[in-house]
Amino acid sequence: MKSNQDTPLLLRKHRTEEWIGRGYTTICVLFLIVIIISIVYFVATKGISTFAINNVSLSDFLFGSTWSPDDNKFGALPFIYGSFLTSLLAAVIASPLSVCAALFMTEIVPSWGKKLLQPVIELLAGIPSVVYGFIGLSILVPFMRDTFPGQGIGVAAGAIVLSIMILPTITSIATDALGALPRNLKEASYGLGATRWQTIYGVIIPTVLPSILTGVVLGMARAFGEALAVQMVIGNAPHIPTSLFESASTLTSVITLNMSNTVMGSVQNNALWSMAMILMLMTFVFVFVVRLLERRHKL
Amino acid sequence: MTDTLRTENLKVYYGEHEAVKGIDMTFAEQSVTALIGPSGCGKSTFLRSLNRMNDEIPGSRQTGNIWIGDKDINSSETDVTVLRQKIGMVWQRPNPFYKSIYENIAFGPKYHGIKNRKQLDQIVEDSLRKAALWDEVKDRLHTSALSLSGGQQQRLCIARALSVNPDILLLDEPASALDPISTSKIEELIGELKKSLTIVIVTHNMQQAARVSDFTAYFYLGSLMEYNETSIIFTNPSKPNTQEYISGRFG
Repeated sequence: MKSNQDTPLLLRKHRTEEWIGRGYTTICVLFLIVIIISIVYFVATKGISTFAINNVSLSDFLFGSTWSPDDNKFGALPFIYGSFLTSLLAAVIASPLSVCAALFMTEIVPSWGKKLLQPVIELLAGIPSVVYGFIGLSILVPFMRDTFPGQGIGVAAGAIVLSIMILPTITSIATDALGALPRNLKEASYGLGATRWQTIYGVIIPTVLPSILTGVVLGMARAFGEALAVQMVIGNAPHIPTSLFESASTLTSVITLNMSNTVMGSVQNNALWSMAMILMLMTFVFVFVVRLLERRHKL
Repeated sequence: MTDTLRTENLKVYYGEHEAVKGIDMTFAEQSVTALIGPSGCGKSTFLRSLNRMNDEIPGSRQTGNIWIGDKDINSSETDVTVLRQKIGMVWQRPNPFYKSIYENIAFGPKYHGIKNRKQLDQIVEDSLRKAALWDEVKDRLHTSALSLSGGQQQRLCIARALSVNPDILLLDEPASALDPISTSKIEELIGELKKSLTIVIVTHNMQQAARVSDFTAYFYLGSLMEYNETSIIFTNPSKPNTQEYISGRFG
């Protein structure tokens, strides 16, 4: 009897709790959405004003190879090219290493491989980028200078530093994908008399390829957006490099180097915002590609 | 044709646990032997030990002998990749590769050195015909194997196992994940395949064991309790425990 009398009260209490919880989470989400929209709006208006207000032509900006703000020349192609080149190279260097590390952990010695490598990889992911840049500058650059032509600083050094920074991203995604692979697929392959290597490259890799590519794309996205470490080793010359051992610039390195030397609202400043806009658009593209890969994987 | 498959004091351990406790068994050629028994009785483990699939499980080891003719295949000198061509396996859940129907069948032969396209085409057709799947899929050999129904996928897995031309086929509850119609197709297929193969099948389904097998072995707690012609096991078992199991009183 007593519990029956309590029921309406309890019900009201539960409803209030539900309502508060729902209200709180909704506010958090709205807050996030407002912030994201504000950032996109701000970057876009600033970025577009280079072309709309300062009358820099879009094609000169995208395809012009001379960056000389004093002469009113805002060709960002060297930086766009530099960004794409370094992040692509970084992905090319890091992907095989990451996939092999992931295979080692999941297929070759699952017993201790994961215990040993997982913390190492998490550690790699946690090292601040300035430390990577510093190490790159102090160890990699002198090594490159002694081994290859040029000054040591340049595209190759940038790509190598980036590749080490994106190793954890690709490795952890590849490891998860390999771990989620149904056991019975491997058994089917072994059951046909395939060796471990035949199983790895005939069944395992093809099956998890979309997930591995997702990791590679996310790694590239990280490399594309990394500023500090690259800036420290790439040399920051505003031209299109003709060799991997030549100094170059990326979108991010130009922004970080120049942002404090320009006046808000000036053409120079707006041009930097335009580059930020390109970075942002590329992020959207990367996210889109990842979504596409995920959808393909489900089929 | 083939050499008889025979086990001698075969034991399988998972860590410290003895899952199969010294089995002596001889499998009749060109016939179907059913392994029955309650869950956890070691029949699947025993089956998997026959083509050394337990090697792939960390912490498992097996002792004793598995003879094919006068050759002991349970030794470190045996190349398991060659052995598993001779002794094929089909699992409980259909496990086609995420590849086309054609590539699923051609997978094994390719890795055993057959590169010639025409030869591969022939193997794919023969295997699919033997598995009674050819007519259903011949027009879409290059579509994904995952687009097939569960029953078709399982027959594809049988065709895949046949592609490397085994003498012995191990079936681990091959129909337990399938609907009744697909099940009866698989059973029909088993009857057809035994004309040229030695078949060992693990099943939880008493009727299925009675329908498809010539010999039945009853396992209990890792030991072989009773092994005889199927008709005798199901009508006149010598042990009360067997009688209780097949009449459904436990298990």
